[in-house]
Amino acid sequence: MEDGALSFLEVRGLSKRFGGLLAVERVDLTMADGDMLGLIGPNGAGKTTVFNLLSGFLAPDAGEIRFRERRLGGLKPHDICRLGLARTFQIVRPFARLSVLDNVKVAALARHPAMADALAAARAVLERVGLVDRASELASRLTLADRKRLELARALATEPTLLLLDEVMAGLNATEIDAMVRLIGAINSGGISVLLIEHNMRAVMSLSHRVIVLSFGEKIAEGTPRAVAADRRVIEAYLGDEYVHPAAH
Amino acid sequence: MDLVLIAQGLLNGLLFGGVYSLMAVGLTLIFGVMRVVNFAHGDMMVWGMYLAFLLATRLGLDPYAGFPLCAAALFALGFVVQRRLVNRIIDAPHEMQILLMLGIAVVLENGALVVFGPDPRRVKSFLALSTVWLGPLFVDVARLVTFLLAGVLTGLLYLFLFRTDLGRSMRAAADNPYGAAVIGTDVRRVYAVAFGIGAACVGAAGALVAPFYPFQPSVGLGASVTSFNIVIIGGMGSLPGAFLGGLLVAVAESLGAVFLSPSLKELVSFSLLILILLFRPAGLFGGKVA
Amino acid sequence: MRLWPLGLALVALAALPPFIGSYAVTLFTLIFFYAYLGQAWNILGGYAGQLSAGHAAFVGIGAYVTAVLSLRLGLTPWIGMFVGAAAAALLGAIIGYLGFRFGLRGFYFVLLTVAFAEVCRIIALNTEAVGGAVGLYITFTGNPAQFQFQNPRAYYYIALVLMTGATVAVWRLERSRLGAYLVAIREDEQAAEALGIDTFRCKLLASVLSAFLTGIGGAFYAFYQFSLQPNTLFGIPLSVEIIIRPIVGGAGTPLGPVLGSFILSPLAELSRSYFAATGWSGGHLIVYGSLLIAVVLFLPEGAAPFVARLARSWRMAR
Repeated sequence: MEDGALSFLEVRGLSKRFGGLLAVERVDLTMADGDMLGLIGPNGAGKTTVFNLLSGFLAPDAGEIRFRERRLGGLKPHDICRLGLARTFQIVRPFARLSVLDNVKVAALARHPAMADALAAARAVLERVGLVDRASELASRLTLADRKRLELARALATEPTLLLLDEVMAGLNATEIDAMVRLIGAINSGGISVLLIEHNMRAVMSLSHRVIVLSFGEKIAEGTPRAVAADRRVIEAYLGDEYVHPAAH
Repeated sequence: MDLVLIAQGLLNGLLFGGVYSLMAVGLTLIFGVMRVVNFAHGDMMVWGMYLAFLLATRLGLDPYAGFPLCAAALFALGFVVQRRLVNRIIDAPHEMQILLMLGIAVVLENGALVVFGPDPRRVKSFLALSTVWLGPLFVDVARLVTFLLAGVLTGLLYLFLFRTDLGRSMRAAADNPYGAAVIGTDVRRVYAVAFGIGAACVGAAGALVAPFYPFQPSVGLGASVTSFNIVIIGGMGSLPGAFLGGLLVAVAESLGAVFLSPSLKELVSFSLLILILLFRPAGLFGGKVA
Repeated sequence: MRLWPLGLALVALAALPPFIGSYAVTLFTLIFFYAYLGQAWNILGGYAGQLSAGHAAFVGIGAYVTAVLSLRLGLTPWIGMFVGAAAAALLGAIIGYLGFRFGLRGFYFVLLTVAFAEVCRIIALNTEAVGGAVGLYITFTGNPAQFQFQNPRAYYYIALVLMTGATVAVWRLERSRLGAYLVAIREDEQAAEALGIDTFRCKLLASVLSAFLTGIGGAFYAFYQFSLQPNTLFGIPLSVEIIIRPIVGGAGTPLGPVLGSFILSPLAELSRSYFAATGWSGGHLIVYGSLLIAVVLFLPEGAAPFVARLARSWRMAR
């Protein structure tokens, strides 16, 4: 960006349509290094599509993404990961027939080509997310809460500077959510910027420095959690969603 | 180029296309409902041919009268394959289904080889040598009857799927197996019936071409590839796509035979498959993709 | 896993030939050879999870290129086999490039590999320069410089070296970065991509490596049999032979193809000679097909993990 050196993540006019449906329409978004940004909105608002565009799984129809002064257009997901932008998946995708340690080791190999180094790095990450005593367990044997941790651990092991977390708290109970909130807070304090899609309002409001609200693919509000929560358009979007699409996913 | 020759090729192709359509409709039904690719499709067709051969040689039953029996036998085979084998791993990784179907294909092909031997066969029919002249073009009556019967069977399948309760529950199970189970459909039984019908289609197709198409156990693979070609062109899971695709491929092959040497025909068919896989995975008629 | 039993088994196999008859030598040679081919397939099919049902194409290319170089240009197969393997690797690169670039997965990839193998077969059948349908015949001279040996035990040792070498290579691959990446791709390709793995490149490498090793196997086969026929070397039955051993033994494990070959190759030979005697050609393939079905239904991970569990419980019981 021309008007400052702050541009860590800079998204301009991002648009994507599927068939006739506009999934994401001219969304702008900026993040500074160290930011924790919440991305909220009713179901089907286009949040996950934004993640897929940022991480290279989808190509935008229009708009530009710059990450640490680099254009991401045309890059493959693995290139983007190597640049330091890692993501998790809303529906966790562990390598089911591998151990927890091997799951994380695969990710750590991106930065540590030697197997011994990768294993050490993987152990350190498991320590950090509190999964170290599960290291030799098969990933398919984990509880949902632990699988969400594993998903996070794998993304962390690629040593990102920006972490995209897609509903890492969905399906967790209150205790597990508190633990996850503390973990994400610690990751952010450790210097990793976080972009967070979350439905749990308490979690997203307590974690985020700023919040962006999407509805039908468009950004309808942006600001501090407190300001956004009081925004009438945001309330309408959520209430409207409740009444108009009670069962929409 | 001789226009009459081309017109004759076009006509022959179109008439043969009925059989291709019936094969492809069977394959696409199995795929559309269960998302299972029947690698044994061509080998099931071979069994349809040999059953027609047995009926003709042992009981003196003409294939045009005996084909429903062949279809019924293949229905039973398909039903059992789905019920006893495929249903057990319907939720397993895709690779497992592929290997299972490959195993079934190998058993069926070599079973035919052991039982019937490698020599080419042909089934006699009272229609076999009669022809009708349409101006300068001749129409092989056997091919014409085959074409009409194949068309009727495809039409009946259509009526079944859209006009009967079982057909409707089959389409429901295809769209959303979980939802169908919730409203009380025995999804696994519906699956078995669907595989049975798919196999019956290709079995009937086998019996109907047997009078004018010499066959041996090894023709199964070629028939499978032809069916895959048609179904991928027509869009995986699309019935109209399979029907039109069958006519199209048959006409193309028939015209190809006018211009190309026979040994190259097979080459064209496999090369076509490669090109279709690479460039048209969604099908020419825009069907659903797996 | 303890390695000494394997080392012991290898020493025993190396010491065996003087004590066994020529039929047993042939049988073991075939066991080693099919274990080798299965191991080569294992890289692409077992580790990377890309089911190829057309690996016969690589056998055929390796065999034909090596044989033609030897017959027409007098190039010794000891060098020619690497040219043949390189040609097979090139075909592996083409199939892999097309298949993976166009995102063909599951049965679409299976169909692509079958189609390429069949195209190769039909081209070989119709190319008079390589003997067409008659095929090529290699005159036996017994000259070791031409990869020909008076003593059949030489083939035994070459096949044993091939099997052992490929197994060690796969064992090391499993512990390497590429190996870890291939397994990740097999388990979940998108998740692997998200973790910084260049999935296209890794799959392509696996395809090239697998095809190269299979091509070497083709060269061995041609000079072991002294004859090359398109239907045998490029045909679906050979592809089935190649796939079935690692799957029965345990795909994606270093010992799976070896175990599978020790189970299946004797069975194949026995049923082949039995069915040949009864005039039932194709009978052994029925056995294969049934085994494939049974393994998928009852032992989906193959025999290797099963045997490993047995060995573990046996050790614990002591």
